[in-house]
Amino acid sequence: MRGATHARWAVCALAAALTATACGGGHAGGDGDAVLSSSWGDPPNPLEPANTNEVQGGKVLDMIFRGLKRYDPRTGVAEDMLAERIETSDSRNFTITVKDGWTFSNGEQVTARSFVDAWNYGAGLKNNQRNAYFFEYIEGYDRTHPADGGKQTADTLSGLRVTGPRTFTVRLRQKFSSFPDTLGYTAFAPLPRAFFDDHDAWLRKPVGNGPYRVESYTRGAQLSLRRWDAYPGEDRARNGGVDLRVYTDSNTAYTDLLAGHLDLVDDVPASQLVNVRSDLGDRYINAPAGIIQTLAFPHYDKNWSRDGMEKVRAGLSRAINRTQITRTIFHGTRTPALDWTSPVLGTKGGYRAGPCGDACVYDAAAARRLVKEGGGLPGGQVRITYNADTGSHKEWVDAVCNSINHALGDDKACAGNPIGTFADYRNRITDRKMTGPFRAGWQMDYPLIQNFLQPLYYTDASSNDGKWSNPAFDKLVDEANAETDPARAVEKFRKAEDVLREDMAAIPLWYQNGSAGYSERLSDVALNPFSVPVYDQIKVG
Amino acid sequence: MGRYVVRRLLQMVPVFAGATLLIFLMVNVMGDPVAGLCGERQCDPATAGRLKREFGLDRPVWQQYLTYMGNVLTGDFGTAFNGQEVTELMATSFPVTLRLTVVAILFEIVIGITLGVLTGLRRGRPVDTGVLLVTLVVISVPTFVTGLLLQLLLGVEWGWIKPSVSTDAAFGELIVPGLVLASVSLAYVTRLTRTSLAENRRSDYVRTAVAKGLPRHRVILRHLLRNSLIPVVTFIGADIGFLMGGAIVTERIFNIHGVGYQLYQGILRQNTQTVVGFVTVLVLVFLLCNLIVDLLYAVLDPRIRYA
Repeated sequence: MRGATHARWAVCALAAALTATACGGGHAGGDGDAVLSSSWGDPPNPLEPANTNEVQGGKVLDMIFRGLKRYDPRTGVAEDMLAERIETSDSRNFTITVKDGWTFSNGEQVTARSFVDAWNYGAGLKNNQRNAYFFEYIEGYDRTHPADGGKQTADTLSGLRVTGPRTFTVRLRQKFSSFPDTLGYTAFAPLPRAFFDDHDAWLRKPVGNGPYRVESYTRGAQLSLRRWDAYPGEDRARNGGVDLRVYTDSNTAYTDLLAGHLDLVDDVPASQLVNVRSDLGDRYINAPAGIIQTLAFPHYDKNWSRDGMEKVRAGLSRAINRTQITRTIFHGTRTPALDWTSPVLGTKGGYRAGPCGDACVYDAAAARRLVKEGGGLPGGQVRITYNADTGSHKEWVDAVCNSINHALGDDKACAGNPIGTFADYRNRITDRKMTGPFRAGWQMDYPLIQNFLQPLYYTDASSNDGKWSNPAFDKLVDEANAETDPARAVEKFRKAEDVLREDMAAIPLWYQNGSAGYSERLSDVALNPFSVPVYDQIKVG
Repeated sequence: MGRYVVRRLLQMVPVFAGATLLIFLMVNVMGDPVAGLCGERQCDPATAGRLKREFGLDRPVWQQYLTYMGNVLTGDFGTAFNGQEVTELMATSFPVTLRLTVVAILFEIVIGITLGVLTGLRRGRPVDTGVLLVTLVVISVPTFVTGLLLQLLLGVEWGWIKPSVSTDAAFGELIVPGLVLASVSLAYVTRLTRTSLAENRRSDYVRTAVAKGLPRHRVILRHLLRNSLIPVVTFIGADIGFLMGGAIVTERIFNIHGVGYQLYQGILRQNTQTVVGFVTVLVLVFLLCNLIVDLLYAVLDPRIRYA
């Protein structure tokens, strides 16, 4: 990098000596070839589509892969990308036709097999893919991924069949009407043969079919992406490329942005939110994202599962002054929650204002009454457990506790209970060691109401951390999944959400926004509903 | 001398084993690291089980430790959770931190000792009082304050430096971070040198040297300073180890991808292999620095002999 910079200065000096060429800024002007730099975090898992379950790795995969569907960066609606047609008559058997003319950046054709091979790989237990459960609806998953951890008895999902160069069929274990809409998730991306033939080489330099290709990747330091000029899709990159630089501390990235050494920061640190308006003016984005924060409860603990506790939970919910906390602690980067989904779904997607109703509105008197009616707080005190290593959770947990203490008129009603690391925190949840409310955050995988309800509240679902279980809720979710008409499915999901409210299984706190700041060189910067910048739309210069 | 070195090297073996065992146990107490790998959801038990087996986490701790140490002796430090070899992480991060440490130590030696000599020879004069005051301020201000302040002033306000260090982390870029890292130690070195020098000034050998009619610079450099440096060398030697392992704050502020960064990330992700591996190497560095310091005593003070 340094060498290149020096060389450019030398060239500029020479050019300036000969003619009066402008070399200001040392950038290549606004011809669409300029490269922008963006902050990044080191992904904790290897960069494979079915192995990436967090936003840093997901960001890259979103740039180098295109799947059957793609979520519109603005509306979040799932639209056909590589899928020409996805047909079904019974919501269980799907026939998928892949569009013609798509290739990977190494020239290989994207065929039906590219998808089927990739999905079989993702579902195989021996491949240790963290996102394997995304394939659990496909028939044969119990054999490629035995739940007891035993040896897998099949390498391929029996529910997947390649029927032609560009067509394949999918048979699901059960009816799942919104299955096609989940296919925009990166776990369902196609993979080239190079991935299987020389896996290590692929990991060092991933090859995909998206608008960008990986030019170089230094693990833990920098990933350089460049526009793939032969990209066949319509969403071609409008810039020459993106350099993703790993920052340990988002504060440093922010400082670099202010000093003009970095173009885009997609995580404005909490401590800078006070200054960000004066620092960046309208180059600061604060846009809604599909993230909700809640307080979950240990429903396996008899203190929290007995009758009447739903009133205590509702009382606690009414004791939290969301409006004040989102304004003073988060400076408007969170919006008080009124349901258990997210406004980014839109009304068509299943969001509606206020299923939580009054129960999510601060009212000290009602809070005191409800807690008393429900039999009081277990042990006279609640301790909100959270992990203290990331995301400035301490600040808001303390604020929530202050609000509860204030509302209930008891200085000892609520206290924070920090856990050192995220892994330890997750362990306590998995081992069912929680004794009181705990932080639960959910970032959607795909913009469907199903994704906000089923993984979190269905009996024994993967993210049902509180182990809440309700037959009425499960039944409604099953019925919704079996509906062939999306509108009717959404209606059923809404009913399921009402069941959730009756029991106040978890307290909705606030919807989280995505935030970003960018340099004067950039324009057309936007965040998608997953709070990731829409890199291919950004113009430089 | 040779026998002394051998004895010291042999003493390192139990220290080394004990230190690594302690670290191993400490990281282990933090619990099962696999749970943190699946984000805000429970890892599906089958995959979690396989990951645990792969990282050897399903076996009892003593067995894990023995296997680990066995591997370490053959140069295999294991694999981090993101699939990278720990030796690869070391190969990229240790040179960076080493460069940072060299810059910091150079600052300590050059500025620290010079200031120490200046003030030691002019006790009670305005220079002495001034420098003492400055060192007091430097010692009492935490490193992250100095770091953030310099970064903001030099990097953003005046634009003299880049606020963050690139991945190459060349010497030129490390000057400001090195100064920040060295600042507190630098102040201590100044004070140590000053006191030590002031004490030795009245000793017999200095008076003799002056009486012999030796030039002043020779008295100061060859006789006075050389003998006064013993506490300073001890301090700097121990500091090398501290700087290499303790640069976490400075490395974070300036986004330097060195040892501190890897350790920080290893701890957050409860990555036993990374943390134990790095700490093992740091323990070695510490032990070696101590040995070198002890050997340097004999060079500085002819009265000290090792048998």
